[in-house]
Amino acid sequence: MTTLTAEVVKPPEPTAPPAPRRRRRFNGRWVLPTWLALVILWLVAPIIVMAVYGFNDGNGKVVSTTWQGFTFKWYTNIFAYSDLTDALVNSITIALITTAIATVLGTLMGVALGRWRFRGAGSVNLLLFANIAAPEVVLGAALLSMFLTLGVPRGYLTIILAHVMFSVAFVVVTVRARMAGLDPALEEASRDLGAGAITTFFKVTLPVIKSGVFAGALLAFAMSIDDYIITSFNNGSTQTFPLWVWGARNRLAGSVPPQVNVMGTLIFVVGVLLAITGAISNRRKAA
Amino acid sequence: MRWRAFKARLAPYYLVLPGWLWLVIFFVVPLLFMLSVSTMTGNILDGFKQTWHLSTYVDAWNSYHTQIIRSLIYGLIATAVCLIIAYPIAYWIAFRGGRHKQVYLFLLLLPFFVSFVIRTQSWEFMLDDHGMVVGLLRTFGLVGSNFHILQTPVAVIGGLIYNFMPFTVLPIYVALERVDPALLEASSDLYANKASAFLRVIFPLSIPGVFAAVLLTFVPVASDYVNAQILGGGTNTTMVGTIIESQYLTNLDYPTAASLSFILMAVLLIGIFLYARLLGTEDAMEMAGA
Repeated sequence: MTTLTAEVVKPPEPTAPPAPRRRRRFNGRWVLPTWLALVILWLVAPIIVMAVYGFNDGNGKVVSTTWQGFTFKWYTNIFAYSDLTDALVNSITIALITTAIATVLGTLMGVALGRWRFRGAGSVNLLLFANIAAPEVVLGAALLSMFLTLGVPRGYLTIILAHVMFSVAFVVVTVRARMAGLDPALEEASRDLGAGAITTFFKVTLPVIKSGVFAGALLAFAMSIDDYIITSFNNGSTQTFPLWVWGARNRLAGSVPPQVNVMGTLIFVVGVLLAITGAISNRRKAA
Repeated sequence: MRWRAFKARLAPYYLVLPGWLWLVIFFVVPLLFMLSVSTMTGNILDGFKQTWHLSTYVDAWNSYHTQIIRSLIYGLIATAVCLIIAYPIAYWIAFRGGRHKQVYLFLLLLPFFVSFVIRTQSWEFMLDDHGMVVGLLRTFGLVGSNFHILQTPVAVIGGLIYNFMPFTVLPIYVALERVDPALLEASSDLYANKASAFLRVIFPLSIPGVFAAVLLTFVPVASDYVNAQILGGGTNTTMVGTIIESQYLTNLDYPTAASLSFILMAVLLIGIFLYARLLGTEDAMEMAGA
């Protein structure tokens, strides 16, 4: 057996004499693009695996590690686990509410910090920096300490409180960066022409910083729907999608039902499409 | 008129106030509560009493310094590898990305459209003993049948690198993007070759970005426990985050968990300060987003 394979594998003798090789200089231009391509491949590999195994046939309790055949079963049975569906719905509604609150609060802060130099701005920036730099497990544990000490019941509401807390600073940062590209003269001109502060904000400031606000909102949504660590400290008995997956892993010895792959794939596709349409419409408006 | 000027000067405060209050109430005040909890004594059945004992900190360090040190080592290794992966990419996109810079950045951020837990779960699936990676290696006879990746530090650190590498790319990219290409021309006009132009012009200008990248990578990596839980196994890959989580949510030993959180934060803060002093960068914090 081994000898046979060895013979087959043996490369055929080259018949033609080797072509005269020009001394080619090693072309370094392709090193970095190749590296980038490999890294992107590595980054998307688990996503592809997740998506592909969402089409893998099997008994449906857990995703089979071996390929059992192609099926749409899990897509048509996507809501087979009602508690998984509830968790997904919770994740989506929590993310939407979080995005709304964090985007409003963060945009206001970002506009103020990008527009004016005022006493205390430094300490506000430090607060934002500390919030971004603090480890998630510490943020989650600290909130839980407060809720435990004050006897606040944990659940849907506390998850939203926590999610706004960890995402608002990211909205501020993106909006503030965008404010740097806003010419203050535009706002002054608007005020000189008799527009009020609120009219000026909606007619002049917001259109200019809109792409920053959009990026911040997308970031807040992604962080909220994705979060496991901070949520796990403050969820009480409310389940979100990542928490349900974690629980399923613990029940099923490290595996998950195929519906998880399906939902993960759909979230991925919707998220990517949203981001692309947003980016394109921003670019078009800017042009 | 003066009243209007006064009102105008208050405007930034009105705008900042709601978000600031949210952060103070749900970020700063909770830290104070946790500080208070960390000095309590008692147990969950009899209740915890505020005794201002600091002994919990000593006990927590004595019991769990292995996991704390392990977390720091994993953090250092993962951050170093992330830098090695990310810097060339950020460099190429910033200087050679052309019109498609945004597209490349978007591709690097694709993993963020899949939940963190599921991404890591997918790696477990791939690295499983019967999964595609180990299976493939075994089919080609590259490894023996007793070869595992899962439940080893390699799997945990690999997962950490995978999950946090995009955080390394972005700040370095932002710093490099700000470098004026005219500086490169100037350095080549002054007869610098490519290597010395990089080492003496570009790299120094990117240090604030590298600082921010290290911060944004090292802190979440060192305090993560999702990767250690899913890809690691047993007690030889446990990180400090796992201990904090289980003390809080399973063992209900709140003072120990709170002390560990502060020890973790103190260690990270000291590390950050030493590191900032070492690099001596003023605008590093700005690059990190503040």
